[in-house]
Amino acid sequence: MNTEKLSNLAMNDNGFIFDPESGYSYTANETGIFILKRMAEGMQRQEIFEELSEVYEVSEDNFNSDYAHYLLMLESLDLIRFEGDTLESRSE
Amino acid sequence: MNPDLSKLDITIAVTGLKTGDNPQPGVPVIRSIRAAGFTGRIVGLVYDSLESGIYLDDLVDQVYQMPYPSAGADAFLTRLDHILERTPLDVIIPTLDSEVILYIRLAEELKQRGINTFLPSEECFLLRDKTKLESFFTPQGVQVPKTILLTNVSQLNTLHEEIGYPCFIKGRYYEAAKAASWDEAIKHFYDIQARWGLPLLAQQIVPGEEYNIVIVGDGEGDTIGMVPQKKLVITDKGKGFGGVVVKSASLDEFARKIISILKWRGPCELEIIRGLDGVFYLIEINPRFPAWVRLAEGSGQNQPAAVVLKALGHQVEPLPECKTGTMFVRHAEDIIADISVMGEVSAKSELIRR
Repeated sequence: MNTEKLSNLAMNDNGFIFDPESGYSYTANETGIFILKRMAEGMQRQEIFEELSEVYEVSEDNFNSDYAHYLLMLESLDLIRFEGDTLESRSE
Repeated sequence: MNPDLSKLDITIAVTGLKTGDNPQPGVPVIRSIRAAGFTGRIVGLVYDSLESGIYLDDLVDQVYQMPYPSAGADAFLTRLDHILERTPLDVIIPTLDSEVILYIRLAEELKQRGINTFLPSEECFLLRDKTKLESFFTPQGVQVPKTILLTNVSQLNTLHEEIGYPCFIKGRYYEAAKAASWDEAIKHFYDIQARWGLPLLAQQIVPGEEYNIVIVGDGEGDTIGMVPQKKLVITDKGKGFGGVVVKSASLDEFARKIISILKWRGPCELEIIRGLDGVFYLIEINPRFPAWVRLAEGSGQNQPAAVVLKALGHQVEPLPECKTGTMFVRHAEDIIADISVMGEVSAKSELIRR
């Protein structure tokens, strides 16, 4: 998974996200921005889950499902790219 | 570093003071020049007594009405000489598409009158004409949407084979309309022809993201300043009433390539589309500052101030990097004035405020 673009995004704690390359802006909720910031730092799914579960009450199953959905949204917005990833490894 | 005009004791003339739904660049050019500390005299050269910038108390010191460019060089110079008897002009920044060629062709006559400009050569200016863009740039590796010069309405009969629908029907200088069928193309052809005359252009529509870039070229192939924006608010006339400064290395590279090929001298605006295939396409090169040029100053590049210094022959270093994420939103407001102001301009073709 290529997350290079995420490191260029400007994100604030209110959930506002600006892509300086395309000029597009987005909003994310509290957990969305929490995850995105960590993805931008290069953290993997497991590490993100561990940090998130310290702050929010969430089961790993629920997290995995929402995380996979979130990745698909980010991919459709052209913010991340899956490069030769298998279906199973996509949410890693 | 941005230019400091605070010590400059000269007179600068700027054209295009109309704001409103189809704003001209004169007002933001003047605001940027003032923002560089300029306290000298600013003269507005207008074509119409209702150009809104005339009515702003703090914008221009004097206003002179000019003959339309179509009246020709003699009428232009006669009027200019009359103005010069009252007010010597040191620099003129023309901001309207239709008048730029006149200022280029009369550069020598202007120079003899002590007036300086910073504009491209005539050859360079003509190469960016909408009718030449595709044939000039495509062989040089710059993609341009397929364009057909229309001199006769019968050419629309084969448009579906050559370009396909939807496509744009464009005036040579102004206006563009999207045609989804032959019927619509015919309608737009006659509408635009009635307003702007022939020739017109038919242009392929490239789906993708549009970007606009304001640039000052140094005339040797490099840029003095460059600020790219993505429109955030677009009016029903297609005008950008809001935008944000973006940063993309590939977009910068594409724009620099165009300026380097043309060796553009002076201000211009590039209209570019990044197609869904990721390829950049050059749509238009406007030979003057755009109406959104204050975004350049606001994001850290005072391009109008740099043009003043270049016109005077000063050395100007490349302007600082612009600040990505700086945005503008256009705001319309009513100006209250006495009818005598309009009367002055209408009756005497001039207004001396200071």
